[in-house]
Amino acid sequence: MSNLTVARGGLPVLEGVSFALSAGRALVLRGPNGCGKTTLLRTVAGLQPAPVGEISLDREAMAYGAHADGLKATLTVQENLSFWAQAFGTDDVEAAIDSFNLDELRTRTAGTLSAGQKRRLGLARLLVTGRPVWILDEPTVSLDAWSVKLFAEVVRAHLAAGGMALLATHIDLGLEEAEELELAPFKAVSRLGDDFDEAFL
Amino acid sequence: MSALLIRDLRLAMRAGGGFGLGLSFFLIVVVLIPFGVGPETALLSKIAPGVLWVAALLACLLSLDRIFALDFEDGSLDLLATSPLPLEGVAAVKALAHWLTTGLPLVLAAPVLGLLMSLPMAGFGPIVLSLLLGTPALSVIGAFGAALTVGIKRGGLLLSLLVLPLYVPTLIFGAEVARRGAEGQDYMTPLLMLAGISAAALALLPFASAAVLRVNLR
Repeated sequence: MSNLTVARGGLPVLEGVSFALSAGRALVLRGPNGCGKTTLLRTVAGLQPAPVGEISLDREAMAYGAHADGLKATLTVQENLSFWAQAFGTDDVEAAIDSFNLDELRTRTAGTLSAGQKRRLGLARLLVTGRPVWILDEPTVSLDAWSVKLFAEVVRAHLAAGGMALLATHIDLGLEEAEELELAPFKAVSRLGDDFDEAFL
Repeated sequence: MSALLIRDLRLAMRAGGGFGLGLSFFLIVVVLIPFGVGPETALLSKIAPGVLWVAALLACLLSLDRIFALDFEDGSLDLLATSPLPLEGVAAVKALAHWLTTGLPLVLAAPVLGLLMSLPMAGFGPIVLSLLLGTPALSVIGAFGAALTVGIKRGGLLLSLLVLPLYVPTLIFGAEVARRGAEGQDYMTPLLMLAGISAAALALLPFASAAVLRVNLR
């Protein structure tokens, strides 16, 4: 990622963001609400174009996990996971179910799960994608302390296997492999004022 | 791709999935028309092809906004867009799932309802044939409209306004096939036009739907 500018609604939010991900490392994005973490992650995941800058990561290597888990309320836990496994051309649903301790919930429909259980199911989806780069937006929202620890272990195992992770989160996951990037210094300067003056001169 | 089709069909069949919404609307409209028009068999049999086509079209319209909106709301559309499935394929499969759950039941119900509308005997073949060829076009055109309005809350009105003009050629040629068939005339020309519209829509619109989805997901 070099010299990246990301925009939301046509206005630049962050400017000149550069960072690198390497195998086995995680990068944690920090910054106050509304500073552009989600916009940056969506740009990296390829959901929106970057006005300036380059992303050299292969999109085919990424698995994106958003605020919303993309679960279907009327499908069971197993059916939800199986669908994503088939969509990504993998078949290892069992490992994902074990890793996030979803075995007892397997036949429950996703609509009857609690918020934290849904989140665990959403995160289990990352494992079935079989992709090496995880792009995660606030992955620990609504998880209890025990589940956060479970999630941290899964991320650690993923990194140990040569994977990478780019996370936006406010809490400390206790990952010693993680570097942090504070986004506040990259905040885009609004040029609206200058244009305004010129228009009237 | 087949996984997405199976998922969409399964979702449609489960509680609240909307399967049968279009079909029951079609049934209700066509059952009510004879009550409204009165017991004039000659008049009914004359308007039957047109009524069946308009009712089928409106029934199709009813469930369009679900094609992409549900996936957009729960975040699946973002995840599908970042998955290995090409978005063009996603759009095509979703239109196919819509046709299987809405269009195909209408085609199958049409002969039964033709009986209620005292459709002439010669008209049964053409109405089924014209709906079979025309409803796939309704589904892909509708999927394009649904893709255009995907980010808009309660976009149903805008969707109808956008899609209805695009539905007109299909309606004209579809109803013409059914009318000519019912009157015992040759219906080859409008049938070929109808098939042409469907083929063009099927070939081009999934690409257009994918393009507008990409813009709407930004």
